[in-house]
Amino acid sequence: MTDNAGYVPTNLQAAVNWAQKYSLFTYPFATACCAMEFMSTMGGRYDIARFGAEFPRFTPRQADLLLVVGTITERQAPILRRVYDQMVEPKWVMAFGVCASTGGFYQNYTVMPGCDQVIPVDIYVPGCPPRPEQVLDGLMALQRRIQDHRGHAQVELGNTAQISMKDRRHLPVHQDGTSMGLSKDERMPKDGKVL
Amino acid sequence: MSKRALDIVAGKAPEAILETASYLGDEMALVERSRILEVLQLCKDDPELDFRMLTDLTVVDWLGTDPRFEVVYLLYSLQHKHRLRLKVAVPEDDPVIDSATSLWMAANWAEREAWDLYGIKFRGHPDLRRILMYDEFVGHPLRKDYPQNGRQPLLRRPDATPTDDETTRLLETSHDRRVE
Amino acid sequence: MATKSSIAETLAQTYDAKGRQAGEIALSPSMQAFADLAERLPTDEVIVNMGPSHPAMHGTVRVVLRIDGETITDADVQVGYLHRGFEKECESSAWQQIFPYVDRLNYVSPMLNNTGFAMAVEKLLGIGSQVPERAEYIRVIAGELARVADHLTCVTASLAELGGLTAFFYGNRAREHIWELLEDLSGARLTHSYARIGGVAWDLTADFEDKTKDKVAKVRGFISDIRKLVERNRIFLDRMEGIGAISADDAISYGMTGPCLRATGVDYDVRRAHPYSVYDHFDFDVVVADGGDNLARYLVRMEEMEQSLQIVEQALVQIPPGAVIIDDPIIALPSKREVYNSIEGMIAHFKLIMDGIRVPPGEAYAYTEGGNGELGFYVVSDGTGRPYKCRCRPPSFYTTAAMRQLIVGANIADVVPIFGSLNMIGGECDR
Repeated sequence: MTDNAGYVPTNLQAAVNWAQKYSLFTYPFATACCAMEFMSTMGGRYDIARFGAEFPRFTPRQADLLLVVGTITERQAPILRRVYDQMVEPKWVMAFGVCASTGGFYQNYTVMPGCDQVIPVDIYVPGCPPRPEQVLDGLMALQRRIQDHRGHAQVELGNTAQISMKDRRHLPVHQDGTSMGLSKDERMPKDGKVL
Repeated sequence: MSKRALDIVAGKAPEAILETASYLGDEMALVERSRILEVLQLCKDDPELDFRMLTDLTVVDWLGTDPRFEVVYLLYSLQHKHRLRLKVAVPEDDPVIDSATSLWMAANWAEREAWDLYGIKFRGHPDLRRILMYDEFVGHPLRKDYPQNGRQPLLRRPDATPTDDETTRLLETSHDRRVE
Repeated sequence: MATKSSIAETLAQTYDAKGRQAGEIALSPSMQAFADLAERLPTDEVIVNMGPSHPAMHGTVRVVLRIDGETITDADVQVGYLHRGFEKECESSAWQQIFPYVDRLNYVSPMLNNTGFAMAVEKLLGIGSQVPERAEYIRVIAGELARVADHLTCVTASLAELGGLTAFFYGNRAREHIWELLEDLSGARLTHSYARIGGVAWDLTADFEDKTKDKVAKVRGFISDIRKLVERNRIFLDRMEGIGAISADDAISYGMTGPCLRATGVDYDVRRAHPYSVYDHFDFDVVVADGGDNLARYLVRMEEMEQSLQIVEQALVQIPPGAVIIDDPIIALPSKREVYNSIEGMIAHFKLIMDGIRVPPGEAYAYTEGGNGELGFYVVSDGTGRPYKCRCRPPSFYTTAAMRQLIVGANIADVVPIFGSLNMIGGECDR
């Protein structure tokens, strides 16, 4: 995609990516013990603000990095998917901790084996819980990925057709096979009027 | 100290108490299912017993024996500092028992959890529904015949790796699954 | 026409000396008509959902509120979004493999859970009195440090939710000090798995005592800084005093224990009522407050931190030398020197790892004072190397059951401080 584009779009894309990677607004989807290490990573000692990801936005509408912190149970899965859907592209996902990556050492009827069963994950940070240095290492790897334009939901400037193609693959299904994507009736009408 | 409590209970409700035991310093009594509410009432109201706190309510699943389930009440008295463990045998084909919500408010959630995870119905509970599992879940997961890996996913991506079969296969061949 | 004195009069009527609004005030006829109209306006009750992904709901509680304006008329507290199947996992793990699972129950004070579970199995094995005294002291030191971390997390997280972010960062820094100490002991900052059945895994490090003294002083400094910031703050007092009050009878009926119960005036602390381990060697107070509201719970936790630090200091002075784990090859792994150099050691090691500890059939309930109250473990063994049932009596489950009563009738804005002061830990509540 970036191969055959010209000089200005590629450099512009690189500049945009540089800006995005150093100003990530995180949505900490915190559930379990990893939230303690997330608090430490945000704290003064292992400052995540040095990397630009300082401000947690507690609404997905304003966030671009979804940090799945802690175990995701089957009950929590639809909520996680909905939060991911509410985020606007470009968005990235970090699976923080081994429970979010693969389910951890919980292999039973209630724990979902990794949050990548319902959302696409860009970077997996293992650990139970991962040390803050490990999280920052993962964050730096994610920043390299953002710079290389290799995130799952990254959009090229001007190429908005890419959004639908990439994201449509990831639309989830209910247990009985019906799609969880919004049908035409459920979508917000284009002129904004609801009634 | 708890021995005395056990004696008082056994003395005041002799027909309801089927067996008493004392093991490792814990006193316990097996109570008949139809009389459990009156025994619990006695434990709570009698001034010498004064079991004002229901510490815990749980169920043990003895799969293969009849009656299958054993509902366990752990009672504690703050004033006398004694404890008592009451057990009720509940059969599998009629897993119903009287609810203790009229005596302790702690029983509300504890009984909901027992219903959710073991399938024991509590007669007279104001709001008996699942608490730890989701409503769409079928079955009672902590029963011994429910498979550990019996996932009932609510949501999956269509291209997600189907891990359930793989995990079960792996666990079957690994050493940890060989039960002695 | 309103003159200066009549305005002053009206204001004096409206606001009393504390600056709060008084009861009935006399309105002019037109104002009264307007007030009557406002009362007769139809309102609808709205159902609002808070959670389960909510920054102040500690991530995993969903509260469905029915509100009329700002007042909550009904609430449904739904827990279980972090149910991780602790009991089911225990049934397929060997006894010593359960320590990591137990760590993640109350994950802000993991050492207390470790100790509780180890005590339950030791009770079932009948070796409660054979645990070396040095191991008991180490368990107490690590446990009380974990308790300080627990209370710090609760207090500073709830302050952050109220808007006092500075206290949150101070608390984080203080927690880092404690975690450094625990990391020296066990290798992990948060989920230690440090206790073993029959003792603890390793001995204290050589410089542990000096480091602890140094860090305890620093933690005390942070705690006093937080107190200075917060306890005279008008906003803090308005949002905590009188909010979320529960009576002692109701609290006991709900099965509440721990700081929430002690805040209502009931002095029940398992360490004092049923002394276990070596807690009867220490001189500490059971912290009790009156009122059962948020402020009382906050004060109980702050003072309990100080008491815990005093216990740590006393323990460091009193700790005897000796072994840190029971010297029984059927229960505890022999030392590596023996495993590699003697056949008995190797066989003991093999059998313990492969078959697990053979606990005689039976059941036991052992209870300790966890961060949130009476943390009990009801273990049932069928004679094999795995538990038949391992139930955790979760103190925060019963505390959260009372939440509905506390928030019905309050404002939406009160939900956050009330929930924060109850200290629901998802891992423990949902297991």
